[in-house]
Amino acid sequence: MFKLNIFFVIMLMACALGVVTSQHMVRKLFMALEKEKVIEQKLDIEWGRLQLEQSTLIMHGRIEQIAKDRLNMIVPPATSVQILSITPVEQR
Amino acid sequence: MINPIKPQLKLSTWRSLLIFCMLLLGLVSLAGRAAYLQGMNHDFLQKKGESRYSRTLEVSADRGMITDRNGDILAISSPVVSIYADPAVVKISPEQLKQLAGMLEMDSEEINAKINRKNRFVYLKRQIIPDDAEKIEKWIKATKSKSKASSKAKEPAIEGIYFTYESKRYYPAGEFAAHVLGFTDVNDEGQEGVERGWETVLAGELGQRRVIKDNKGQVIEDLENRPPKPGKDLVLSIDRRIQYRAHEELKEAVIAHKARAGSIVVLDAQTGEILALTNLPAYNPNRRSTITNERIRNRALIDTFEPGSTLKPFTVAIAMEIGKVNANTVLQTSPGTWQVGKKTIRDVSNKGELTVAQIIQQSSNVGTAKIALSLDSQTMWEMFNRSGFGALTNLGFPGEASGILRPYNKWRPIEQATMSYGHGISASLMQLARAYTIFSSGGELKPVSLLKQDTPVMGQRVISRDTAQAMSIMLEMATKPGGTAPLAQISGYRVAGKTGTAHKLINGQYADKSYISTFVGYAPVSNPRLIVAVMIDEPSAGKYFGGAVAAPVFNGVMSSALRILNIPPDAPANNVITFTATPEMGDEG
Repeated sequence: MFKLNIFFVIMLMACALGVVTSQHMVRKLFMALEKEKVIEQKLDIEWGRLQLEQSTLIMHGRIEQIAKDRLNMIVPPATSVQILSITPVEQR
Repeated sequence: MINPIKPQLKLSTWRSLLIFCMLLLGLVSLAGRAAYLQGMNHDFLQKKGESRYSRTLEVSADRGMITDRNGDILAISSPVVSIYADPAVVKISPEQLKQLAGMLEMDSEEINAKINRKNRFVYLKRQIIPDDAEKIEKWIKATKSKSKASSKAKEPAIEGIYFTYESKRYYPAGEFAAHVLGFTDVNDEGQEGVERGWETVLAGELGQRRVIKDNKGQVIEDLENRPPKPGKDLVLSIDRRIQYRAHEELKEAVIAHKARAGSIVVLDAQTGEILALTNLPAYNPNRRSTITNERIRNRALIDTFEPGSTLKPFTVAIAMEIGKVNANTVLQTSPGTWQVGKKTIRDVSNKGELTVAQIIQQSSNVGTAKIALSLDSQTMWEMFNRSGFGALTNLGFPGEASGILRPYNKWRPIEQATMSYGHGISASLMQLARAYTIFSSGGELKPVSLLKQDTPVMGQRVISRDTAQAMSIMLEMATKPGGTAPLAQISGYRVAGKTGTAHKLINGQYADKSYISTFVGYAPVSNPRLIVAVMIDEPSAGKYFGGAVAAPVFNGVMSSALRILNIPPDAPANNVITFTATPEMGDEG
C-alpha cells in the first residue's frame, strides 16, 4: 500500500511537471505565432502600399504625359489607321 | 534566592470552553467563507481575476476594395497607425514631450492636455504613415532600454503610449472619380457616393480577441478569438480609362467656356452600364481640405435642369409611333414664331417649310410645338413617363433626383408646346442619357447600373424598332452639315445625337443670359455601343449653343472611348465634312 502511494506521488509529480512544461511550450509557440502575425501584418501593409503605388503609377494622366512629352507619341489620325477584320477560322 | 512561588491559577472550565468555541466559530466561518467563494461565486471571481491580466483587443476588418470593370483599383484601404495613450500610466518628461510633439507635428501643449485627461484612453494622433510610427516606436523603446541600463539615465523611460493599426482609404484616381466613389470618414464609414450607397457590402465586421498579457505587455494566450470579417470587394461598371478621358475633356471645356459647372455621363448603349460619370467642380478625396458642399455635388445625378431641345426627339418619336407624322411630313415653321395662347414660341431663325426630319436636324421649336399640339396630352405624358422622366434611376446612390414631370391633366396647351422642346420639365443628366437608350437600342429603355453586369439586361419597349430606326437617321442628320451639331462628327464613325440649349431657370424666372448647353449622342450608328451625354452649366465665354459648347466635348469623349474599347469603325475615315458655322447651328430651346 505504501509503495503504491509512493508510485502515485511520483506519477503526480511527473504529470505536474509535464503540465508546466507543455504550458511553457504553448506560450513559447504562441509567442512565435504572435511574432509571425506581426510580420504578416507588416507584409500586408507593404502589399497595400505596393498596390497603391502600382495603381498610382499606371494612372492614365501620367502615362499620357510620358507618352506625349518624353516619347513624343501621338494618337494616329483615323486616316492612317488600317482596320483588319478578324475572319473566324473554321475548326476542323 | 527565593523560590518563586508558582501561582496557582484556578481556571474555571467555562472559560476554556468559551475560548475553544470562539476559535471553532472562527474556523467554521473561515471554512464557510472559503467554500462560499470557491463554490458559489467561483465563476464571478474567476472572471474578475482574469480581468486583472486579460485584455480585449479589437481586430479591425479590412474594408472592401473598389475596382473598375477591368480590375483597376479605384479605392483601397491601407493600414495606418494611430497613437494613443493611457493617461493613468503615462510617464514622459517635458523634454521628451517636446520631442514627441515635434515628431507628430503637433503642439506640445495639445499633447500635454490630452495626457492629463481623466479617462484611460485618448488618441494622440490618428492615421499616420506606418514608417513614421515605426520611428517613434523605436525611439520610445530606446528610452526604455537606456533607463534599464542605468537608473541614473537622464531620460526616464516613456510609459503609457501605445500604437494601434487602423486602415485609411486611398483613392488613386484622385479627383477624376471622386463623385462616383465618394469618400469615408476617419472611422472608415462611407459618407458619399458608392462608399455610402454600398456601405453594408464594403464594410467589414470587427473581430475581437480576449488575450492574456504578461508583465512585458506581450500576448501570451488567446482566451477568445472571433476573427474579423473583411468587407467584400466591389466591381463597378466604370472604365477608369474612359472616366479619366471624360474628366479631362470636361475640365478643358469648363475652363475654355468659363462655365460654372459641367457633367458627363457615358453609358454602354447595350447594357445600360455607366462607363463614366464625372462632374465639375470636383474635389480630391485624398485631401479632405478640398471637400466643400459645392464640390461634393454629384450634379449628373442630384441636380435636375430643363433639358431643352434634347427632348425634341421624344415628342417626334411618339408622334411617329402613333402615325400622326412620318419623317417626310412637311410642316410650315414660317415666320419662325408661333403664337400659342398669350405666348410666342420662337426659332433662332425663320426656317420656312421643314420636314419632320429637318425639324430634328435643325432643332425647330415651332415645328416641334406644332407636332406636340397635334398630340393628346396623355399620350405625350406616357411617352415621357415611359422614357424614364420623372422617375428615379435607382442606382443606389444617395440623393438621386427624379426630376419633375407634371401630371398631364394639369397641362395647358402652351405648357404642352414648351415641354415638347424641353421646357417646363426637368431631368438629371443621367435620366437624359438613359432615355436615349430608346434610340440607340431599337426602342427599348435600358435600366442603368453602376455595377458591372455579367448577364445581358432586359429593357422595356417604349417605341417600335422602326420608329427608333427612323429617329436614329434623323439624329444622325443633326450631326451632319445642315444640322445643329456638325462638331460632333467623328472621323471613321457614324454619330447620332441632339443638341440642347436651355435658358436657365433662376428663382422661377428664365434668366436672360444664363444657359445650359447639352449634347446627348451615341455611336457607332450602325450598331450603337456608347452613349455620351454632356452638360455644361452657364458657359460664359461667348458661345453658348449646345452645338458649339457641348458637341465638341462629346466628340472628344466619344472618339477616345471608341478607341479605348477597340470598337471597329463603321464609316470611311474621311467622313468628316468640315464647314464654317452658320447661324443655323443655333438651337435655342
